[in-house]
Amino acid sequence: MQLEYLKNILYFSGVSLVELESISKIIFEKTADRGEMVLLEGEPADNLYFVASGVVKVFKTSVEGKEQILSIVRPGESFNDVSIFDGEPNPVSAQAMGPVLLYGIKKNEMEAIVQNHPQIAINVIKVLVERVRHLLSLVEDLSFKHVIGRVAKILVEHVGGEISRGRRLTQQEMAAMAGTAREVVGRSLKELEESGAIKLDRHRIIITDKEALQKIIEVSS
Amino acid sequence: MTEMPIIEPQKCNGCGLCVTVCSNNALAVVNNIITIIETVECDWCTDCELVCTTGAIRCPFEIILQES
Repeated sequence: MQLEYLKNILYFSGVSLVELESISKIIFEKTADRGEMVLLEGEPADNLYFVASGVVKVFKTSVEGKEQILSIVRPGESFNDVSIFDGEPNPVSAQAMGPVLLYGIKKNEMEAIVQNHPQIAINVIKVLVERVRHLLSLVEDLSFKHVIGRVAKILVEHVGGEISRGRRLTQQEMAAMAGTAREVVGRSLKELEESGAIKLDRHRIIITDKEALQKIIEVSS
Repeated sequence: MTEMPIIEPQKCNGCGLCVTVCSNNALAVVNNIITIIETVECDWCTDCELVCTTGAIRCPFEIILQES
Protein backbone atom coordinates (compact mmCIF):
# COMPACT_ATOMS: atom_id res chain seq x y z
CA MET A 1 0.00 0.00 0.00
CA GLN A 2 1.49 3.29 -1.09
CA LEU A 3 1.05 6.26 1.22
CA GLU A 4 1.38 8.52 -1.80
CA TYR A 5 -1.79 6.94 -3.20
CA LEU A 6 -3.76 7.45 0.03
CA LYS A 7 -2.58 11.06 0.31
CA ASN A 8 -4.03 11.89 -3.07
CA ILE A 9 -7.54 10.55 -2.65
CA LEU A 10 -10.39 12.66 -1.37
CA TYR A 11 -11.25 10.27 1.49
CA PHE A 12 -7.92 10.90 3.17
CA SER A 13 -7.28 14.49 2.15
CA GLY A 14 -5.80 16.56 4.99
CA VAL A 15 -4.91 13.52 7.09
CA SER A 16 -1.42 13.37 8.62
CA LEU A 17 1.18 10.90 7.38
CA VAL A 18 1.22 9.17 10.78
CA GLU A 19 -2.52 8.60 10.62
CA LEU A 20 -2.28 7.47 7.01
CA GLU A 21 0.38 4.94 7.98
CA SER A 22 -1.91 3.40 10.56
CA ILE A 23 -4.82 3.36 8.09
CA SER A 24 -2.67 1.77 5.39
CA LYS A 25 -2.09 -1.24 7.66
CA ILE A 26 -5.76 -2.23 7.58
CA ILE A 27 -6.18 -1.78 3.84
CA PHE A 28 -6.15 -4.98 1.81
CA GLU A 29 -5.49 -5.54 -1.87
CA LYS A 30 -7.85 -7.25 -4.26
CA THR A 31 -7.36 -7.95 -7.94
CA ALA A 32 -9.95 -8.69 -10.57
CA ASP A 33 -9.71 -9.67 -14.22
CA ARG A 34 -11.59 -8.23 -17.15
CA GLY A 35 -15.31 -8.83 -16.80
CA GLU A 36 -15.09 -10.08 -13.23
CA MET A 37 -17.86 -8.91 -10.93
CA VAL A 38 -16.49 -7.11 -7.90
CA LEU A 39 -19.90 -6.34 -6.38
CA LEU A 40 -23.28 -7.88 -7.01
CA GLU A 41 -26.46 -5.88 -6.58
CA GLY A 42 -28.46 -7.17 -3.60
CA GLU A 43 -25.53 -8.93 -1.95
CA PRO A 44 -24.34 -7.86 1.53
CA ALA A 45 -21.91 -4.96 1.40
CA ASP A 46 -18.74 -5.73 3.29
CA ASN A 47 -16.05 -3.46 1.92
CA LEU A 48 -15.31 -0.01 0.61
CA TYR A 49 -13.07 -0.09 -2.45
CA PHE A 50 -10.62 2.34 -4.01
CA VAL A 51 -9.35 1.76 -7.53
CA ALA A 52 -5.54 1.67 -7.57
CA SER A 53 -5.21 0.74 -11.25
CA GLY A 54 -7.60 -0.11 -14.05
CA VAL A 55 -11.26 0.88 -14.40
CA VAL A 56 -14.44 -0.39 -12.75
CA LYS A 57 -17.94 0.02 -14.15
CA VAL A 58 -20.73 0.59 -11.60
CA PHE A 59 -24.21 -0.18 -12.90
CA LYS A 60 -27.73 -1.36 -12.18
CA THR A 61 -29.57 -4.01 -14.12
CA SER A 62 -33.33 -4.02 -14.69
CA VAL A 63 -35.45 -7.17 -14.41
CA GLU A 64 -35.43 -7.31 -18.24
CA GLY A 65 -31.63 -7.37 -18.12
CA LYS A 66 -31.11 -3.80 -19.31
CA GLU A 67 -28.00 -2.20 -17.92
CA GLN A 68 -27.67 1.42 -16.86
CA ILE A 69 -24.13 2.55 -16.13
CA LEU A 70 -24.09 4.82 -13.09
CA SER A 71 -20.41 5.62 -12.99
CA ILE A 72 -17.00 4.75 -14.36
CA VAL A 73 -14.56 4.48 -11.47
CA ARG A 74 -10.96 5.36 -12.29
CA PRO A 75 -7.74 5.24 -10.25
CA GLY A 76 -8.02 7.34 -7.09
CA GLU A 77 -11.80 7.01 -6.94
CA SER A 78 -13.95 4.83 -4.69
CA PHE A 79 -17.09 2.77 -4.95
CA ASN A 80 -19.55 1.05 -2.62
CA ASP A 81 -19.50 4.15 -0.42
CA VAL A 82 -23.20 4.16 0.34
CA SER A 83 -23.90 0.63 1.50
CA ILE A 84 -20.90 0.32 3.78
CA PHE A 85 -22.29 3.20 5.83
CA ASP A 86 -25.98 2.28 5.89
CA GLY A 87 -25.47 -1.47 6.26
CA GLU A 88 -27.96 -2.25 3.50
CA PRO A 89 -27.13 -4.64 0.63
CA ASN A 90 -25.21 -3.36 -2.42
CA PRO A 91 -27.56 -1.12 -4.40
CA VAL A 92 -25.42 -1.61 -7.51
CA SER A 93 -23.15 -4.07 -9.25
CA ALA A 94 -19.52 -3.36 -10.11
CA GLN A 95 -17.49 -5.04 -12.82
CA ALA A 96 -13.82 -4.79 -13.78
CA MET A 97 -13.48 -3.35 -17.31
CA GLY A 98 -9.97 -4.77 -17.56
CA PRO A 99 -7.42 -6.06 -15.04
CA VAL A 100 -7.84 -3.99 -11.88
CA LEU A 101 -6.09 -3.57 -8.57
CA LEU A 102 -8.32 -2.44 -5.73
CA TYR A 103 -7.59 -1.33 -2.20
CA GLY A 104 -10.33 -2.34 0.21
CA ILE A 105 -11.34 -1.43 3.75
CA LYS A 106 -13.75 -3.60 5.71
CA LYS A 107 -17.03 -1.98 6.71
CA ASN A 108 -16.46 -2.16 10.49
CA GLU A 109 -12.93 -0.78 10.14
CA MET A 110 -14.10 2.13 8.03
CA GLU A 111 -16.71 2.95 10.67
CA ALA A 112 -13.97 3.02 13.33
CA ILE A 113 -11.79 5.25 11.13
CA VAL A 114 -14.62 7.72 10.63
CA GLN A 115 -15.38 7.80 14.36
CA ASN A 116 -11.76 8.51 15.22
CA HIS A 117 -10.89 10.99 12.46
CA PRO A 118 -13.21 13.99 12.11
CA GLN A 119 -11.36 15.14 8.97
CA ILE A 120 -12.12 11.81 7.29
CA ALA A 121 -15.77 12.09 8.36
CA ILE A 122 -15.92 15.47 6.59
CA ASN A 123 -14.20 13.98 3.53
CA VAL A 124 -16.73 11.14 3.45
CA ILE A 125 -19.54 13.71 3.45
CA LYS A 126 -17.88 15.45 0.48
CA VAL A 127 -17.60 12.15 -1.43
CA LEU A 128 -21.24 11.30 -0.72
CA VAL A 129 -22.37 14.80 -1.73
CA GLU A 130 -20.60 14.29 -5.07
CA ARG A 131 -22.43 10.98 -5.48
CA VAL A 132 -25.79 12.60 -4.73
CA ARG A 133 -25.15 15.37 -7.26
CA HIS A 134 -24.06 12.92 -9.94
CA LEU A 135 -27.03 10.63 -9.35
CA LEU A 136 -29.47 13.58 -9.29
CA SER A 137 -28.17 14.59 -12.68
CA LEU A 138 -28.72 11.05 -13.97
CA VAL A 139 -32.22 10.95 -12.46
CA GLU A 140 -33.02 14.18 -14.28
CA ASP A 141 -31.75 12.75 -17.57
CA LEU A 142 -33.59 9.46 -17.21
CA SER A 143 -36.87 10.81 -15.81
CA PHE A 144 -37.55 14.19 -17.32
CA LYS A 145 -35.68 14.34 -20.61
CA HIS A 146 -36.92 12.28 -23.48
CA VAL A 147 -33.40 11.28 -24.32
CA ILE A 148 -34.33 8.40 -26.61
CA GLY A 149 -36.31 10.80 -28.81
CA ARG A 150 -33.45 13.28 -28.87
CA VAL A 151 -30.97 10.59 -29.83
CA ALA A 152 -33.35 9.39 -32.56
CA LYS A 153 -33.58 12.98 -33.86
CA ILE A 154 -29.80 13.33 -33.90
CA LEU A 155 -29.51 10.13 -35.94
CA VAL A 156 -32.09 11.32 -38.48
CA GLU A 157 -30.41 14.72 -38.76
CA HIS A 158 -26.95 13.29 -39.29
CA VAL A 159 -27.65 10.41 -41.61
CA GLY A 160 -25.42 10.29 -44.67
CA GLY A 161 -26.82 10.38 -48.19
CA GLU A 162 -25.88 8.27 -51.17
CA ILE A 163 -23.24 10.78 -52.26
CA SER A 164 -22.29 12.65 -49.11
CA ARG A 165 -21.23 10.79 -46.03
CA GLY A 166 -23.03 11.92 -42.91
CA ARG A 167 -21.06 13.52 -40.13
CA ARG A 168 -19.55 10.84 -37.95
CA LEU A 169 -20.54 11.20 -34.32
CA THR A 170 -19.19 9.75 -31.12
CA GLN A 171 -21.51 8.81 -28.25
CA GLN A 172 -19.94 11.69 -26.32
CA GLU A 173 -20.90 14.13 -29.08
CA MET A 174 -24.44 12.73 -29.23
CA ALA A 175 -24.65 13.16 -25.45
CA ALA A 176 -23.58 16.80 -25.72
CA MET A 177 -26.15 17.39 -28.48
CA ALA A 178 -28.93 15.67 -26.50
CA GLY A 179 -27.96 17.47 -23.29
CA THR A 180 -27.39 14.26 -21.41
CA ALA A 181 -24.69 11.94 -20.13
CA ARG A 182 -22.82 9.55 -22.41
CA GLU A 183 -24.05 6.61 -20.32
CA VAL A 184 -27.64 7.54 -21.15
CA VAL A 185 -26.87 7.73 -24.89
CA GLY A 186 -25.40 4.22 -24.80
CA ARG A 187 -28.59 2.89 -23.29
CA SER A 188 -30.78 4.86 -25.74
CA LEU A 189 -28.91 3.38 -28.71
CA LYS A 190 -29.44 -0.10 -27.30
CA GLU A 191 -33.15 0.60 -26.82
CA LEU A 192 -33.45 1.92 -30.37
CA GLU A 193 -31.74 -1.22 -31.61
CA GLU A 194 -34.11 -3.42 -29.59
CA SER A 195 -37.07 -1.55 -31.08
CA GLY A 196 -35.83 -2.45 -34.55
CA ALA A 197 -35.38 1.16 -35.67
CA ILE A 198 -31.60 0.94 -35.94
CA LYS A 199 -28.87 -1.64 -36.09
CA LEU A 200 -25.45 -1.18 -34.56
CA ASP A 201 -22.85 -2.64 -36.86
CA ARG A 202 -19.39 -1.97 -35.46
CA HIS A 203 -18.66 1.67 -36.35
CA ARG A 204 -21.94 2.10 -38.21
CA ILE A 205 -25.40 2.97 -36.99
CA ILE A 206 -27.74 1.72 -39.67
CA ILE A 207 -31.21 3.22 -39.68
CA THR A 208 -33.26 0.16 -40.59
CA ASP A 209 -36.73 1.66 -40.02
CA LYS A 210 -36.84 5.42 -40.52
CA GLU A 211 -40.60 5.56 -39.93
CA ALA A 212 -40.24 3.88 -36.54
CA LEU A 213 -37.49 6.36 -35.69
CA GLN A 214 -39.76 9.27 -36.69
CA LYS A 215 -42.55 7.89 -34.49
CA ILE A 216 -40.19 7.71 -31.51
CA ILE A 217 -39.23 11.36 -32.16
CA GLU A 218 -42.90 12.41 -32.33
CA VAL A 219 -43.89 10.52 -29.16
CA SER A 220 -40.97 12.00 -27.25
CA SER A 221 -41.42 15.61 -28.31
CA MET B 1 -8.52 -0.92 -44.24
CA THR B 2 -10.19 -1.70 -40.92
CA GLU B 3 -11.74 1.29 -39.24
CA MET B 4 -9.99 2.12 -35.98
CA PRO B 5 -10.61 4.63 -33.16
CA ILE B 6 -9.16 8.09 -33.70
CA ILE B 7 -6.43 9.35 -31.40
CA GLU B 8 -5.54 12.97 -30.78
CA PRO B 9 -2.00 12.63 -29.38
CA GLN B 10 -1.88 16.20 -28.09
CA LYS B 11 -4.78 15.43 -25.74
CA CYS B 12 -3.35 12.12 -24.48
CA ASN B 13 -1.89 12.20 -20.95
CA GLY B 14 -0.51 8.66 -21.23
CA CYS B 15 -2.58 7.33 -18.32
CA GLY B 16 -3.10 4.04 -20.18
CA LEU B 17 -6.66 3.41 -18.94
CA CYS B 18 -7.81 2.77 -22.52
CA VAL B 19 -5.12 0.09 -22.86
CA THR B 20 -6.34 -1.71 -19.74
CA VAL B 21 -9.97 -1.83 -20.91
CA CYS B 22 -9.30 -2.86 -24.54
CA SER B 23 -10.28 -6.51 -24.78
CA ASN B 24 -8.65 -6.84 -28.21
CA ASN B 25 -5.26 -5.45 -27.18
CA ALA B 26 -5.55 -2.95 -30.01
CA LEU B 27 -3.96 -0.12 -28.02
CA ALA B 28 -0.52 0.44 -26.54
CA VAL B 29 1.30 3.29 -24.82
CA VAL B 30 4.32 4.24 -26.92
CA ASN B 31 6.50 7.10 -25.69
CA ASN B 32 3.78 8.02 -23.19
CA ILE B 33 1.17 8.43 -25.94
CA ILE B 34 -1.61 6.03 -26.89
CA THR B 35 -1.05 4.30 -30.18
CA ILE B 36 -3.31 2.07 -32.23
CA ILE B 37 -2.02 -1.35 -33.18
CA GLU B 38 -3.57 -1.49 -36.62
CA THR B 39 -2.98 -5.18 -37.15
CA VAL B 40 -5.51 -5.95 -34.45
CA GLU B 41 -9.22 -5.96 -35.13
CA CYS B 42 -11.18 -3.44 -33.06
CA ASP B 43 -14.76 -4.48 -32.29
CA TRP B 44 -15.85 -0.87 -31.57
CA CYS B 45 -17.01 -1.50 -28.02
CA THR B 46 -16.09 2.20 -27.36
CA ASP B 47 -14.90 1.39 -23.84
CA CYS B 48 -11.59 3.20 -24.56
CA GLU B 49 -13.52 6.37 -25.36
CA LEU B 50 -15.73 5.86 -22.29
CA VAL B 51 -12.83 5.71 -19.82
CA CYS B 52 -10.70 8.47 -21.39
CA THR B 53 -10.88 11.61 -19.26
CA THR B 54 -9.18 13.90 -21.78
CA GLY B 55 -11.12 13.11 -24.95
CA ALA B 56 -7.95 11.87 -26.64
CA ILE B 57 -9.58 8.80 -28.16
CA ARG B 58 -12.74 8.86 -30.21
CA CYS B 59 -14.90 6.11 -31.68
CA PRO B 60 -17.23 7.91 -34.07
CA PHE B 61 -20.18 6.20 -35.68
CA GLU B 62 -21.15 6.66 -39.29
CA ILE B 63 -24.92 7.00 -39.52
CA ILE B 64 -26.38 5.46 -42.64
CA LEU B 65 -29.82 4.67 -43.97
CA GLN B 66 -30.47 1.09 -44.97
CA GLU B 67 -31.57 0.79 -48.58
CA SER B 68 -35.09 -0.60 -48.69
